[in-house]
This record gives sequence, C-alpha cells and structure tokens, in this order.
Amino acid sequence: MSAIGLRFPVLRSRHVLPGFSLSLGFTLFYLTSLVMIPLLALMIRPITLGLDGFWTAIATPRVLAALRLSFGTALAAAAIDSVFGFIIAWVLVRYRFPGKGLLDAVIDLPFALPTAVAGIALSTLYAPNGWIGSLLVPYGIRIAYTPWGVLVAMIFIGLPFTVRTLQPVLSELGMEIEEAAATLGATRVQTIGRVVLPMLTPAILTGAAMAFARGAGEYGSIIFIAGNIPAVSEIAPLLIVTKLEQYDYAGAAAIGVVMLAASFVMLLALNGLQSWAAKRR
Amino acid sequence: MSAKFKKPTDDPIWLKVLLGTLAFGFIAVLLLLPLVLVFKEAFASGLSAFWAAITEPDSLSAVWLSLTVAVIAVPLNTVFGIAAAWSIAKFDFPGKTFLVTLIDLPFSVSPVVSGLIYVLVFGAQGWFGRDLMDHNIHILFALPGMVLATIFVTFPFVARELIPLMVDQGRDEEEAAATLGASGLGTFLRVTLPNIKWGLLYGILLCNARALGEFGAVSVVSGHIRGVTNTMPLHVELLYNNYDYVGAFSVAALLAMLGLITLALKSLLEWRYADELAAAHRH
Repeated sequence: MSAIGLRFPVLRSRHVLPGFSLSLGFTLFYLTSLVMIPLLALMIRPITLGLDGFWTAIATPRVLAALRLSFGTALAAAAIDSVFGFIIAWVLVRYRFPGKGLLDAVIDLPFALPTAVAGIALSTLYAPNGWIGSLLVPYGIRIAYTPWGVLVAMIFIGLPFTVRTLQPVLSELGMEIEEAAATLGATRVQTIGRVVLPMLTPAILTGAAMAFARGAGEYGSIIFIAGNIPAVSEIAPLLIVTKLEQYDYAGAAAIGVVMLAASFVMLLALNGLQSWAAKRR
Repeated sequence: MSAKFKKPTDDPIWLKVLLGTLAFGFIAVLLLLPLVLVFKEAFASGLSAFWAAITEPDSLSAVWLSLTVAVIAVPLNTVFGIAAAWSIAKFDFPGKTFLVTLIDLPFSVSPVVSGLIYVLVFGAQGWFGRDLMDHNIHILFALPGMVLATIFVTFPFVARELIPLMVDQGRDEEEAAATLGASGLGTFLRVTLPNIKWGLLYGILLCNARALGEFGAVSVVSGHIRGVTNTMPLHVELLYNNYDYVGAFSVAALLAMLGLITLALKSLLEWRYADELAAAHRH
C-alpha cells in the first residue's frame, strides 16, 4: 500500500532554522525552576494563614504604615523624577554645550553604583553633620533619619529611568510640528507646554512607572538614610527582612505577596503604556 | 558676516539658561556629590588606611565571594539570554509576549522579595527546608543561595539587550546559511554571533555590574556571616553599622570604581558601536 510511503508533513519541523526546541526548552526550564517555582512558593504561602490570618498579618498599623511609606513616597519621587527627567532630557537632546557626553554618562550613576554604596553616601551627605545636612540644620530641616531621607534616596534611584525613556523619544521627534506651532504664532514656551509635552506623555508616564516600581521595592539605598523608625520611616522591604529575622515567615510572605501583586500591576501598566506609545507613533 | 540666523525652534536664551542650570544643579547635587563623598571619605585617613581596609582578611574574603558569585551567575545568565533571544527572535510560538513580559519581571520586583522567595523554598520552614537539613545540604546562608538570588536579579540583562537586537536583525541571514547547508551551531557562531557580539558584551557588562553590586536580594539569603557569606556590598553595610567609616567607604570606593569602569565601557560601546546595539541605547 502506498499509504506506508506517505510523508506526514505535520510531523516534520515547521522551522527552517534549527534549535527551536533546545533554546525554548532551556529558556522555559530556567524560568520555571529559578523564577516560577520560587514565586509560587511565595504566592501560596499566605494560604497557610487563611484569609483572616493574611488580613491580620497585613492590617497592623506598622505594616500599613510601611506600605504607605514605600508606595506613597515612591509616587512622589516618580513625580519629581519626571519633572527633572524631562528638563535633563530636553537639555541633553536639544542644547549643544561642552561636556555633554560626560553629563550624559553621569545619568547612569544610580545604575552603576551599588545600592549599598549609594545608601551610605546619601546617609553621610544628608546627616545633620554632612555636607548637605549641615546646610539645612539652621533652617530646622532634617532629611536623614526621617521620611524625607526615603524620598531623597528614591529620587536618586529613579532618575535614570525617566531620563532614559524620554531621551530617544525626544530625539526622534521631528521639528516640523514645532515649526508649525511657531509659524502659527505660538511662543516657544507655549510650543513646549502645549505641543511637545502632550506628544511625550506616554514616554513620561512609562519613565514614571519604572521609577515608581523601582522606588517602591528599593532597599539598599534607603535603609541607611531612613533611620528605620517603625511606623515612621520604616519601608516595607525592610519590614520583610525584620520579620524574616524573627522567623515570622508567614508575616514576611504576606507583605511579600502585596509587593509582588503591586509589581505585576506595574508590569501590566508598563505593557499597556508601551502599546499606547507604539500606537501613537 | 550677517548675524547668526535664529530658528523659530530655538529656545530663548533665558529658557536655555534656566533649564541648563536646573539640569546641571540637579545632577551635581543629587548624583555627583554622593560619588565625590565616597572617594573623599575612603581616602580621608590617607592612602595607607584605604589600602589596609581593603586588604584586611574579611574584606578580601568579601571580594573573593563577590567574584565567585559573579563568575557562576553571569555565564549562566549569558547562556539563558542567548537561548531566550534565539527562541523569541527566530521563531514564532504562542505565548511569546507573555514570555518577554516574564523576563522583565525582576526589574519591577523588590530585591528583598527576590531573596524572600528562595527563603520560602529552601529555608528551615520552607518547602524543601526539612529535607535539606536531613541531608546536611546548605543552600540558604551559603554560596548556592547567594548565587540563586543573584541569578534571579540579573537574568534579564543579557536577554533584554539581545531580544530587541535580534528581532530587528530578522531571520534572513540565518535562513540563508541554513539553506546553504550550514549546521545549527555553525550558523550561530559564524552568522549570528558576529552580528550580536557588541550587544552581547553590553548585556554581560550590565549583568556583571549588578551581580557584583546586588545588596537586597543577597542580604536576605546570606545570613551575614563575617568573612564567610559577606559579599562586598554586605561587608560595606557591616563596617558602616560598626562605625568603621574608613573601612566602609574604602570597600564602597572599590565598588564605585568597578561601577565607574562599567559606566566608561558602557559609554564607549554606545558611542563606538551604536549601530550594533539594541535601538534603545542609540543616542
């Protein structure tokens, strides 16, 4: 029978290039064993507490204050980083001046400097006897060991995200629209505020979301400057560490789950922003 | 000579001065001052005190441990990055977008949570904690745990650089090579690798910098045993909390130098090989 000689095209590889099963198989194995399984361990941990137990672990004044501090301050830091991120990106893309390359490279310092190094440097700088802290003491302003210290550290760590997401978008922006606005009688400030800024909105929001996500989860650069006073300047990641040191795994996991859920939401928001930005182009 | 022609899209001089001052001032105070302070404090008691602080046995063991962790984690993440980019850029399969999103996950997860998940798997009250203890296997508060936490935090770097780069480059060259009879490995080594080598180096550079500098995730799983499970960043914390500021800033300066070298190499790659990096880094 000729049926025996039939080739089944379905069974043959549909790909011209080799290595599909190998590369995807390794990728999935790596992600499953190193990421998915440990994340699963975190996500199902609060189940041992039950819904009531989970709620009691989260709804203590100390935990709520820590979550409010981490997320609230991260939001403020992201807003400040967006403003200065726009100014810095504008200066770097539109103006010509000597030392521009160096200034551009310096933006990445918070990425390049390990967080512990940034942490002890910021703490020393803003302490009451530090270079900046001592200038503020006469005015009764204290930054280190207060929630303001948390804000400073989060602004530091988030700045590269806002500058680096704006820069490429800004340099791709054609001059024609701005020329049109000028021709129609707009002043330069009007053009920037009402023509350029609206076009940059997706990029500004993307950068802000990244700075927010980084700030809310940040640990190393904050714990030195924060002073870590419970319910005042204690961030949520530090509370996780404290609970682990007290062998309160379930309590640590409960805060961890809240933070992880926030990360997923941010990831979805970032994906949404990116497709919005892609549509606009 | 006529006066310089002013374009309508040029900012007025007062705006240039205002924005320029704000940008320079913000960068100088927020970013540069901390860096200057690290080196000033490190050398506050002279070069010999700096040298003594970083060659002290506990510091040297911290340097050694950091390098060991990076030497294991970075190559593994490099292989992962290449595999992930090859499968995503050269083939179509369902769930691809989800996979790309998943690779981004560590960037939005707190480093402390990244350490916590391994404590919940391998810790005394964790999934495998009891079994590991019975067999006297140490993962937490030992090298394997620190490597795992570092891998989690740094695995996106190579993949994130290679995926957009290889998607941009398409499949034509590889398909031509395959049609002409090249083997899979030969295609990768002679066709793909030359196209992505600078992007690959860029990703490895960032991955390595983060691996050496990671603090939060490693801190959770290390147990902070001085001279045994203290990496360089953890040693900085320990010295600082013991009021040994010269010691803390000396090790910090060493880390800052590594960071500056990374930054210089990164800028060099962006400037020299801009066309061969992922589009996001060309500016």
